[in-house]
Amino acid sequence: MVLTTEKQAAQIAGSGPGSGTAAKRKRKINLVPYGFLSPTILLVVVLMLIPIVMVIWYSLMDNVITKKNPKFVGFSNYAEVLGSETFHTAILNTVFFTTVSVAAHLVLGLAFAMLLNTRFLKSFTKAIFRVIYVMPWLFTVAIIAILWRLLLSPNGIVNFLVMELGLSSTSVEWLASRDTALLAVTFINIWAGYPFFMVSLLAGLQGIPKDLYEAARVDGANPVQQFISITLPQLRPIIISMALLDLIWTSQQFALIWMTTGGGPISSTEMLSTFTYKLAFSEYNFSMAAASAVIILAFSMVLAFFYVRYQKARD
Amino acid sequence: MSKVARVKRGAVAAIAAAAAITLVAGCSGGSTESSSAGSSAAGNVTLEFAQWWEPELPAGSLRKLMDQFEAENPGIKVNLLSGPYASTKEQVVAGAAAGTMSDVVGLDGAWISDFAKQGAIADLGKLMSDAGYDQNQLTSQVKVEDTSYMLPVLNFVYPMFSNDDLLAKAGIAKAPTDRTEFAAAAKAVSALGGNTKGWVMPLSLEAPNGVQNDIMSWAWASGQSMLKDGKPNLTTPEITDTVNYVKGLWDAGAIAPGSFTMKEQDKVEEFTNGRVGMMIDSLAHITAIREKNPNLKFSISAVPSTDGFSGKRGIPYASWGIGIAENSEHKAEAWKLIQFLMSDKTNGALATTANAFPGNKNATPDFTGKDELFKTAFDVYKSGYPANEFVGLPVAEELMRGFAEQFQKTLSGDQSVDDMLKKTQDIWQQKF
Repeated sequence: MVLTTEKQAAQIAGSGPGSGTAAKRKRKINLVPYGFLSPTILLVVVLMLIPIVMVIWYSLMDNVITKKNPKFVGFSNYAEVLGSETFHTAILNTVFFTTVSVAAHLVLGLAFAMLLNTRFLKSFTKAIFRVIYVMPWLFTVAIIAILWRLLLSPNGIVNFLVMELGLSSTSVEWLASRDTALLAVTFINIWAGYPFFMVSLLAGLQGIPKDLYEAARVDGANPVQQFISITLPQLRPIIISMALLDLIWTSQQFALIWMTTGGGPISSTEMLSTFTYKLAFSEYNFSMAAASAVIILAFSMVLAFFYVRYQKARD
Repeated sequence: MSKVARVKRGAVAAIAAAAAITLVAGCSGGSTESSSAGSSAAGNVTLEFAQWWEPELPAGSLRKLMDQFEAENPGIKVNLLSGPYASTKEQVVAGAAAGTMSDVVGLDGAWISDFAKQGAIADLGKLMSDAGYDQNQLTSQVKVEDTSYMLPVLNFVYPMFSNDDLLAKAGIAKAPTDRTEFAAAAKAVSALGGNTKGWVMPLSLEAPNGVQNDIMSWAWASGQSMLKDGKPNLTTPEITDTVNYVKGLWDAGAIAPGSFTMKEQDKVEEFTNGRVGMMIDSLAHITAIREKNPNLKFSISAVPSTDGFSGKRGIPYASWGIGIAENSEHKAEAWKLIQFLMSDKTNGALATTANAFPGNKNATPDFTGKDELFKTAFDVYKSGYPANEFVGLPVAEELMRGFAEQFQKTLSGDQSVDDMLKKTQDIWQQKF
């Protein structure tokens, strides 16, 4: 940064003839850096800061948008949201959905990445596996939702297989039953999300120096010991970064839930995101929705804090 | 620093600042012209018309009507803002919030109460009076507290569809006309085995319109009402009896599985694939069913009523409604566009194109060369009356969702029908 402090300017001012004029010149603020930063600053202010402040302000009013003269009501919207039974259900469902999804993404992603990194398969075989494994990542959420709705419908192929294999005498209403709906949407989310972990971890695996494994083998380490002592520590930074990011993304998953179950049956797949959406666009209660959104923002900021702190520690 | 360097640095700063301003201006300038910007220097008016109709009509047909309107009304241009139903709804809600709603907007009756309370849509009654418009030619108007906010341009009715082959296979000679006949037919089809079921009932919480089309339609078909003086009145013996009837079909295993997440298109899919004997559905789907399964033999009839009912049957419907934004600076011109669309000639032509029934009593759709079923449906429509009590209610979609949730609990055995209706009544009353 070229901006000169008064102290520096004073030092320069005393260093030669005509220095008083030079000091005045130096005191002038250099606008170039700000000029370059201004697009980003303006975008952040217009697209992030102002909407966030507006949402927080909305959350403190009795109702906005659908009411001409909203009144300030303090934290009563927060109290109502936090006291709502459906909100509690949404929190529990979101926690289950998120933690199981992230854990499964990690385990599956790592397993498939190791399979693709193994020296026991030929490169052609690996290429086929790579295409197959990465495929779920190529579909949009809408396609994934439609695909799995068809597969899991009472007349779908999954039920056909279940009955053919004698696992059940009647078709299972995977998405339409309270007993299975949360598991089913979690499974779909796992299927849709593991390739991102797989690709990232594969890149990480390929970056581990082979010397480390050779040295370990010389020391008599078996594959399990090599995995625990070399692979996992080497992948640790990627795993932690990915897991934190996935926690943030998955906890905010909306489209998949909305398009498969709509938060039902009853409220068995209600998530924080669907709960908030219904408040805003179904009940037109934008203040309550804003309060719910601010609570979600607070949760997300806790996760973001850990992510940023971890990234800083790495640097 | 040399003078040249200072000049260079100043120029760079100016360019960077200009870039920032351009970027932000570019971002904010992406929106469409507001209605206030609709007047050109020459005195012409450009009306924005936001709707979901254009994508659902044959390509170019709505634009063709607009061209005709523009030719008949020199000085008025129409800019069509078209999108799917869901995104149009979000756009209209956002426009209402920001005061940038398009001059003329396609409306669903379920949105009206909220927009009216918000003051986002204009009083059409005044505009009609000012223009000396004969309101008697309209089939209906959607009002909130006696003020008219929406005119249904087209009505899409929901009669009962019957799979003739399946019914015949189950020993049913003709489509049922009352509840007893329907229950017997539904059970008989379900008893055929395989994947076949008698009826299909979508109860998705994502799109809970199955509550109006597939459940409340039973009540309306028998002249019953879920309201009293415009307020919820769900605990009556009639509504209790209706809900009990539907639950009875569920308990008898006569309803296709997957109801709790099923949406309207899933319902149509089940029927089209020949897996259900009967469904209550929009006429708009006849063409799609024919295209997907040309071999399917099906017929259309009125939704069955209670046994012995001889009154006029309410037939559920959904509308392509229309209204004018309160923030529009060209309300008189906007009314001209509505009047054009509601004129018997245009309205009839639009109804013919959309396979719907006109909002103008004097308009007659031309079903010549069309499927015979449209004529049958038109007869059913004329013999009854369009019924949809959710139109004009506050947060109508949320009312349906609340009902669907409670009904799902009832079907799951968590509560009785009486308890369900009491709870739903309480939930609904809080929204009024």
